[in-house]
Parts: sequence; C-alpha cells; structure tokens
Amino acid sequence: MDAGKMPRIVVPGDLLSEEPAKVGEGAYIEDGKVYASVYGVLDKKDRIRVIPLAGKYIPKRGDTVIGSVTEISFSNWILDIASPYEAYLHISEYPRRIEPGEMSKYIRVGDLIVATVLDVDWSMMVELTLRENQFKVLRGGRLLEISHTRVPRLIGRGGSMISMIKRESRCSIFVGQNGRVWLQGKPENMKLAAQAIEMVVREAHTPGLTNRVVEFLRANR
Amino acid sequence: MVDGVHTFFKDGLRLDGRRKDELRPIKIKAGVLKRADGSCYLEHGGNKIMAAVYGPREVHPRHLQHPTRAIVRYRYNMASFSVDERKRPGPDRRSVEISKISREAMESVVLKEQFPKTVVDVFIEVLQSDAGTRAAGINAAAVAMADAGIPMKGLVTACAAGKISGEVVLDLCKEEDNYGEADMPIAIVPRTGEITMIQMDGHMTFDEFREGLELALKGCRQIYELQREALIERYKSGVEGEE
Repeated sequence: MDAGKMPRIVVPGDLLSEEPAKVGEGAYIEDGKVYASVYGVLDKKDRIRVIPLAGKYIPKRGDTVIGSVTEISFSNWILDIASPYEAYLHISEYPRRIEPGEMSKYIRVGDLIVATVLDVDWSMMVELTLRENQFKVLRGGRLLEISHTRVPRLIGRGGSMISMIKRESRCSIFVGQNGRVWLQGKPENMKLAAQAIEMVVREAHTPGLTNRVVEFLRANR
Repeated sequence: MVDGVHTFFKDGLRLDGRRKDELRPIKIKAGVLKRADGSCYLEHGGNKIMAAVYGPREVHPRHLQHPTRAIVRYRYNMASFSVDERKRPGPDRRSVEISKISREAMESVVLKEQFPKTVVDVFIEVLQSDAGTRAAGINAAAVAMADAGIPMKGLVTACAAGKISGEVVLDLCKEEDNYGEADMPIAIVPRTGEITMIQMDGHMTFDEFREGLELALKGCRQIYELQREALIERYKSGVEGEE
C-alpha cells in the first residue's frame, strides 16, 4: 500500500482504464476498456487489479490453509476450509503410510490441521496434501477467523506485519490463506495478539497502520 | 375513477410537491447486518427495505446446484406490518412474481462462472411499503451483493415511471400508483445501458412509453450515484458488519 495516500475504492462496473491493459483479479476487459468486477481497492502498480474488500475464499493450488475435519470417508478426510467448497485429504497424502482403518488414530473429526492445496479441478474438487509442511495437528492454542481478503495485509510485505506481531506479542502465529489464523502462547499474549490482528483487519487499507499496531502492542504488553 | 386533473397536480406540482421528473428522497447504507455476507438498508420515499446477501455458498438442496456456475436465489418478501392492511405472512403470487423478475434482473450481471456449484442467496424484506418496492428492492440487492464481494459486471439500478392525469412522471408515490393510469418499473445496468427488467401495469401510448423510459433512465442514473456513494462511504467509516 502506498504510505500516506488514501486508496481509491471502486465498485463493480467502475471504469478503470479507457485503453486495454494487463488485468489481474477483480477487473475485466470489454470493448478494449477495463472495468472493476468487485467492490475493492484499486491497484495499478503492475497489472490493473482490484483488491477485494469482501468475498469468500476460493482455494487455489499452492495455498496453505487451516482446515477442520468434518468427516472421515473410506480413504479421505473431508475438511471444512472456510470456503463454499470442502476439501479432501486422501490417505496417501499423509506423510507416512497408514491403513484406511487407522485414519482416525492420526487425524480425528474436529481436529485442526495445516495443509497445502495440491489441486483444484474444473469441478471445484479440492485436494489437500500434508507432504509439504511439517505436519502436526493444531492443539493448545486459539483459532481466529478473519476475512481471507485481509490476509495479505496481515502478513505484510515480506512478512513484516506478522513477524512484528509475533515478536511484540511473544506468540507463535500461523496465517492460513483461507483466513484462519492459529495463535499459540500464554493466554494474555494470545489475547493481545488477537486484538492486534483485529486492528489490522479493521484498518487494513489505511496508511501508517504498521506503526499504530506496534504502538498498540507496546502500550498494552 | 378519481378526477385526475384536480387531484394529482396543483400549480404544476404533484401531491408531495415534486415536479414530474423528480425522485423522492433516497437514503442508502451498506454493510448494516453483521451475520450476512453483504447487506444494505435503503429508504426511498416511504419505502424501507432491508437486503441481505449470503454467498457464494453451498447449495441446499443439492439437486439445485449447477455444475459449472453459481445460481442466484432471490426472495422478495413484505413484512406483515409493511402495509396498512396487515399482509398475511409468506409468499403470495405477487411476491413470487417480483422475486422471479428481480432475480432475472440481477442474474445477468453476476459473474457466475467463477463459482460453480454454489448459490448466491438474496433476501429482500420490505419493512414499510410506499409504492416502488420492487425497484427499491433491486437497488438494495445490488448494493448488498457488491458489499458481499460478489463479482459482477456492474451494479443494477431500478426506477419506476408512470402516468397520472395523462402526464408521464417519474417515481410514483403510493396515491399516484393506486389511482394513476400506468406504472412502469425498469431496471438497468448503468455501465452498459442494458435493460434487465421492464414491466408495465396500465395503459400508455408508444410515445408515452418512450417518455416514461427516458424519465426512468434519468432516475436510474441518479440512483446509481447514490448506490456507489453508499459503498464508498461504508469503507471510509468501517461500519459494523465488517469482520
């Protein structure tokens, strides 16, 4: 985000450019002109795109998400990933070789896990894998759910915002692309981190946010 | 039949003091419901409308889902207390018709292919009715859908024109609608000029229809600016409903 400059909010159908240009998410081209397709913040830095202010998380290959197990079928765990689409974790994507009968020994219904999206096909069948992360079931911490549209701001450029919050609140924090955030630490620290995260979510598009969050964390430690 | 000349116009002004091409006062607020993915509260004259949008989300019942795109469901409903004579709760033939045509008015702008097998649920509750509720409902629905982050080609704006005492006017109020000669609500996509809903109740000559259409288009253009403003304001003040 440009420091100090108020961003331009656009609404679906707003004209963004009279000439054709490269477009990213949230924008489309018709008759050689570029229009906004979502309610969001205009970003012309590279391609013309609109960063949405709202919307549901749609999984894509490579995303790391936090999922909660809702069902175990004969060879898949079925997970809720805070999306209109549910996700499948096949038994072969577990880091070790296990038998179908013992699936619930390792990951039970209700467990929270971190997984990577392996593939999303044309019918929106979402496949997850555990082979790309240090796998563990998340326990003994706190889960926050925020709008996935705020995740980039929460992470910050090169991870700057989230590293700062981790450091100042003394918590371990993991941010899933699907808007789920896992906190781990002492209860009062997790509470502080949660408040800082809520502040980022509320004021995501205002300038000077990072400094205000640092000040807040230091003042309330 | 009421004697139009003496009842509808006085000194060139209408019953509520408006000129023939003037809209009633409109207020629009986006993001007013915490639970809904998108919402809008809209007032237009005496109309008070609440719109809530959920989605895209999983379709229940499953057999309604479409394999390659989202579907849109639209429910227009009048609260029992929205009219003078208590309206019995639940859909009646008029509500079902309005729901259908409103859905058709909105559907064409939604970029449905981005969300296969899901549904966008739109709920319009009329809390107080004062003629022109279906147009007000569509205006609120468009803002609520944008507020929910639903990708669309553009917003949809609706407005009604009508005929009273042989004169074509914009935006009928309740008395003008009940005792007038024609009522014509239309909905357009201001970005493209496409008409996505047009209905007529009453009688108009072709020239009167042309005049009514022109007036309604002008009205829509004004309302469109208010819809945009409501969305831009919402962000500036960070209203509740924001997570």
